[in-house]
Amino acid sequence: MRWPWTISKPSGVIAMHERLVDVFTSNGLITAFAAVGLLMLVCNLVSKHLTGGRIHGSAIAIAAGLVLSYIGGVATGGEDGLADVALFSGLGLMGGSMLRDFAIVATAFGVDVEELRKAGLNGVVALFVGIIMPFALGGAIAYAFGYTDPVSVTTIGAGAATYIVGPVTGSAIGASSDLIALSIAIGLVKSISVMIITPAVARSISLNNPSAALVFGGMMGTTSGVAGGLAATDARLVPYGAMTATFYTGLGCLLGPSVLYLVVRALLGG
Amino acid sequence: MIIYGVALLAACMLAGNIIGELIGMAIGVSSNVGGVGLAMLLLVFVVYRLQKAGCLDTSSRRGVEFWSSLYIPIVVAMAASQNVVGAVTGGPVALVGGLAVVAVSFALVPVIARLGQGKYAVALDDIETERGDRDA
Repeated sequence: MRWPWTISKPSGVIAMHERLVDVFTSNGLITAFAAVGLLMLVCNLVSKHLTGGRIHGSAIAIAAGLVLSYIGGVATGGEDGLADVALFSGLGLMGGSMLRDFAIVATAFGVDVEELRKAGLNGVVALFVGIIMPFALGGAIAYAFGYTDPVSVTTIGAGAATYIVGPVTGSAIGASSDLIALSIAIGLVKSISVMIITPAVARSISLNNPSAALVFGGMMGTTSGVAGGLAATDARLVPYGAMTATFYTGLGCLLGPSVLYLVVRALLGG
Repeated sequence: MIIYGVALLAACMLAGNIIGELIGMAIGVSSNVGGVGLAMLLLVFVVYRLQKAGCLDTSSRRGVEFWSSLYIPIVVAMAASQNVVGAVTGGPVALVGGLAVVAVSFALVPVIARLGQGKYAVALDDIETERGDRDA
């Protein structure tokens, strides 16, 4: 009774701290929205001021996400990156397959069937070559590096398509989280290098007309890589490239866990 | 109403996944086969039909567009919740694979663009490097 303050004060401070942290943890998804928004704001500023807009803000944000994921993984020893840190557990829901697939399906909304018809044969050819070639090459490289089972080869090969096709394919065929992370990493290398290299080589590959942009979008497939690369080359080409690129992910998600996986499984056995 | 668009999107995703599961069962794969891709194709088709019929008002569209525009942030969240530590121990596969694929892809762009010099194959008048605005 004599020292109510000195006794209750420390526990009161802890209780207050807990209650405040509780606001974040019990509103996990909302915290994730705020955290990702803040991260993207910072990354867009970095893109604008430190890279002169050469590297797309979203690519920097994704790279930063992977770095944070690494830090979270080292700090907690868990398998879900930053989402294993209680404060950021909502990232697991926001970036989980349910909302991710929902948002990806929504991007198909931008595709106009009439425009697609005009894309003609080369756009379609580019889409198939653009999915099968990176898949085969990425899968072969994975095999050369010792990933010899069908699930690993397929997941890494699909990651060489885009960082969406990789995880979607991987989770469909039961790949482990580290394989999925690897497929994201390879897709990210692709996306970032497309953004950086496109303006430099545009002239030498005749990337100066909408038809070539359609082919380019279908070949590269990475929407942010294509949009960023074309914007840095000639902003008028962006919609053409983005249009075929929009189809790339859907087609890749369709082919990856089905036809391509079955081909790989037939080749490697198992 | 915005919820109509969101519900349409949800219905397409569920239908796509159901078809994907059915295909998976049919070909004996213990997983969903192409559900997301099928859902995208389904959405394209349904939106096309609804627009032709004039049944898709602006606010319904906004329900879909909102989720479409959350695509990159969601991918960022996905990146932040992956097992990167596990990937890093995988070594240089990502770098070698990624760069090799990009190099070959660039080399193939002019080859495929020349296949059928369609009606779009006219160079835009002068490439003044337009460093367009680049909102994510």
